[in-house]
Amino acid sequence: MAQSSQAAGGTQSIPALLLRNASEFGDKPAYREKQFGIWQSWSWKQAEVEVRNLALGLINMGVSEGDFIAIIGNNRPQLYWSMVAAQSVGAIPVPLYQDAAAEEMAYVLDHCGARFVIAEDQEQVDKVLEVQERLHQFEHMIYLDPRGMRKYDHTRLHDFAHVQEQGHAARDELTPELQARRAKLNYDSICVMLYTSGTTGKPKGVVLSNRNIIESAKSSAEFDNLGPGEEVLAYLPMAWVGDFIFSLGQAYWTGFCVNCPESPETTPADLREIGPTYYFAPPRVFETQLTNVMIRMEDAGKLKKWLFDTFMAHAKRVGPDILDGKPVGLMDRLKYMLGDVFIYGPLKNTLGMSNVRVGYTAGEAIGPEIFQFYRSIGINLKQLYGQTEASVFITVQPDGEVRADTVGVPAPGVELKISDTGEVFYRSPGVFEYYYKNAESTADTKDAEGWVATGDAGFIEPDTGHLRIIDRAKDVGKMADGSLFAPKYVENKLKFFPNILEAVVFGNGRDKCMAFINIDMSAVGNWAERNNIAYSSYQELAGHAKVYAAIQAHVEEVNRSIAEDEMLSGCQVHRFLILHKELDADDGEMTRTRKVRRRIIEEKFADLIDALYAGETQKYTETEVTYEDGRKGKISATLEIRDAAIAPIRTQKVAAE
Amino acid sequence: MTQTMQDEGYVTADGRKIGGVMMEMKNITLRFGGVKAITDISFDIRQGEIRAIIGPNGAGKSSMLNVISGFYVPQEGEVFFHGKKRPPMKPFEVARQGIARTFQNIALFEGMTVLDNVMTGRLNYMHTNIVQQAIWGGKAEKEENENREVVEKIIDFLEIQSIRKTPVARLPYGLKKRVELARALAAEPKLLLLDEPMAGMNVEEKEDMSRFILDVNDEFGTTIALIEHDMGVVMDLSDRVVVMDYGKKIGDGTPDEVRNNQAVIDAYLGVSHD
Repeated sequence: MAQSSQAAGGTQSIPALLLRNASEFGDKPAYREKQFGIWQSWSWKQAEVEVRNLALGLINMGVSEGDFIAIIGNNRPQLYWSMVAAQSVGAIPVPLYQDAAAEEMAYVLDHCGARFVIAEDQEQVDKVLEVQERLHQFEHMIYLDPRGMRKYDHTRLHDFAHVQEQGHAARDELTPELQARRAKLNYDSICVMLYTSGTTGKPKGVVLSNRNIIESAKSSAEFDNLGPGEEVLAYLPMAWVGDFIFSLGQAYWTGFCVNCPESPETTPADLREIGPTYYFAPPRVFETQLTNVMIRMEDAGKLKKWLFDTFMAHAKRVGPDILDGKPVGLMDRLKYMLGDVFIYGPLKNTLGMSNVRVGYTAGEAIGPEIFQFYRSIGINLKQLYGQTEASVFITVQPDGEVRADTVGVPAPGVELKISDTGEVFYRSPGVFEYYYKNAESTADTKDAEGWVATGDAGFIEPDTGHLRIIDRAKDVGKMADGSLFAPKYVENKLKFFPNILEAVVFGNGRDKCMAFINIDMSAVGNWAERNNIAYSSYQELAGHAKVYAAIQAHVEEVNRSIAEDEMLSGCQVHRFLILHKELDADDGEMTRTRKVRRRIIEEKFADLIDALYAGETQKYTETEVTYEDGRKGKISATLEIRDAAIAPIRTQKVAAE
Repeated sequence: MTQTMQDEGYVTADGRKIGGVMMEMKNITLRFGGVKAITDISFDIRQGEIRAIIGPNGAGKSSMLNVISGFYVPQEGEVFFHGKKRPPMKPFEVARQGIARTFQNIALFEGMTVLDNVMTGRLNYMHTNIVQQAIWGGKAEKEENENREVVEKIIDFLEIQSIRKTPVARLPYGLKKRVELARALAAEPKLLLLDEPMAGMNVEEKEDMSRFILDVNDEFGTTIALIEHDMGVVMDLSDRVVVMDYGKKIGDGTPDEVRNNQAVIDAYLGVSHD
């Protein structure tokens, strides 16, 4: 079915798109949800009725224009309707992370001053009730699932279906009001407010207009040829901008069907049953799936294992080229087709990806092996780079130009520029309006001309025009000779080796880079077991000569790969050591989300860093550790320091000044 | 406490209405040969309440539950159900009266899926014969669909959708317990007997199970009689508690009354004999 995009005049808001879809697509499914073991579906017409009744119900309850309505829960059709109903009555939906603790919710609910909350179930209702004393503007809460709340005080609690019924009952009286409010919506009215997860400081409320959402949805849908026939599975948090764009923006623009899983635990099974054509997942999901496949293959019979290994090796060689439409020999093609019958096809089916036409991953760096694995069996997995502030899209990879190390070319309508410090800036129709109640941050992030700072450092490859992200801008520094120092770029390369759990690279303002390595106890321990290497502790295993040799090989391989990059070739690791303890959040060396704290590590292990730069080959050190019960102790060790071979640099170092 | 059939019941602290007496045990004595497992015990279970039976090991709790479920027939004493004296019955006849139970050591069909296991709980609601079911279509199919609908609602209620098609043998212990509860609920019982529903569970699993027990009582109005070792759980969950020791009843009342009962404290903490 061809996309029939109407003149933008009549469809300048999500509620307007809903009306368009109800008349244009009518009985075509808009939502599906598995309930009681059966997929229930709602057509666009039915969805419009549900949203209308809820909107009337909201007016009936006294929702005014400009009110904030918080929406909390797992992906459910009713919660998507809630967002559209809120927009229809001129209110602003604020989806919240459903797994947030009550305390975190209190901050956000108070910050936006939500008068109304729509919550999925008892769990979410309880969290809001727990902190309601502190929410001065909070008035009423609507819940979907009444279970367990029979005995609750219902003066401020309302059943979702009941609100709809009351709205429907009062339709004669309230419909003119609803129509009037809906008519006022245009490209400039606020579509949604999304809170950034707040890894640094308090969460910020990103205000996105209808223009932001609809323009982004429109251009990205055209970029990937998304049509009304797509199927998506909505399983990522509703508070995340990606879900809002995929499951609401693009779904309403193109009219495709959004499927909601039965429960978060059933998602893999639901994925298989739905077989989405358009799929999104963070790298973590792909990693877990691949690990599961590999573990299960280890237990498979000999013949199956042989088939798998043979055809996967073949797929690795020719699969990505076939996907990209590059020339591949006839015999290789025939063998690939055979592999598709025996291995790739059934494997894709097991993964629920048989029908995936476009798949995206984003959020963090994905390991190249993982990325290539999916592409080699014929899944068109691509990377994109985006932010809440950009209504997702900054850069995307076009079909046929997919690589593991870049994040693609600027998305349609997006302009990019790289500042003198290497930071990436962008400007697009999707750029957010402002941070709610935070003019200072808005001014810091977005300049008068509409350029937004990403906080990431990167560069545009001159020959392909692809953007490459190297690091967080604040971590990027300069080496003594002025060349670029990007520690996380190197650390990520190191961490892609299963043997390496963590790496910390030093070199800011110095002439050479040095590294601390943490080995991965499970991977290296497994290897030691298979090779009959006895060890009694992490420390002993970390200090083993064979382990050192293996890690040295990894470091040298990383050096070779860095040398190919003229801008970053100064970041090659000259010397390294394997730490005698695992970096731990209890010792303050990492954050609770497992991000290394550079400053603290630099202070704590200053003697080791000095030894690295002084050229010593051994160093005795004592380190204070905190046990899980809070007691402190000391561990001491004599660490070996090794040199790593430096690969020759292809071209002259380019000073970034 | 009055023992008449006509009384109106009472209202609990959290506002739940408890009805009249549903089941009454009068002077029950149960012997296995020369061993007296239960000696002259009387108590009642009221409509809509959560009634706990507690006591140290070997106190006769499980025997008591087996008397209620009709598996054991006491040598002395009488059981009244809905005001009528219950004659000795086979367990399936008791089940037809609306009594379902779970077991201390799980008794599920290990090779069958969760769904099939829960479906077996619907046995009393299936009336087609083996020939009709073999031919399928018509009445058998309609009946299966109706039963499946009830079962799916219970699966949803107990949040076990993700293991619907998993063979029971592959499940961890805590989930098996939940499946057993699901099967008991599938019979849509009026009285649900739970034999140590939390035994061997970790804190989180116990919290989940407690919530399910309260929700079952709240949503379906099911009367629940349970045996439990974990005193914290018992005191939080139940409306009234019977305490047994060496086959005798040594306490009966609300959790607070029982907690302050000297005989109960002695039984649980022991008394010095000097």
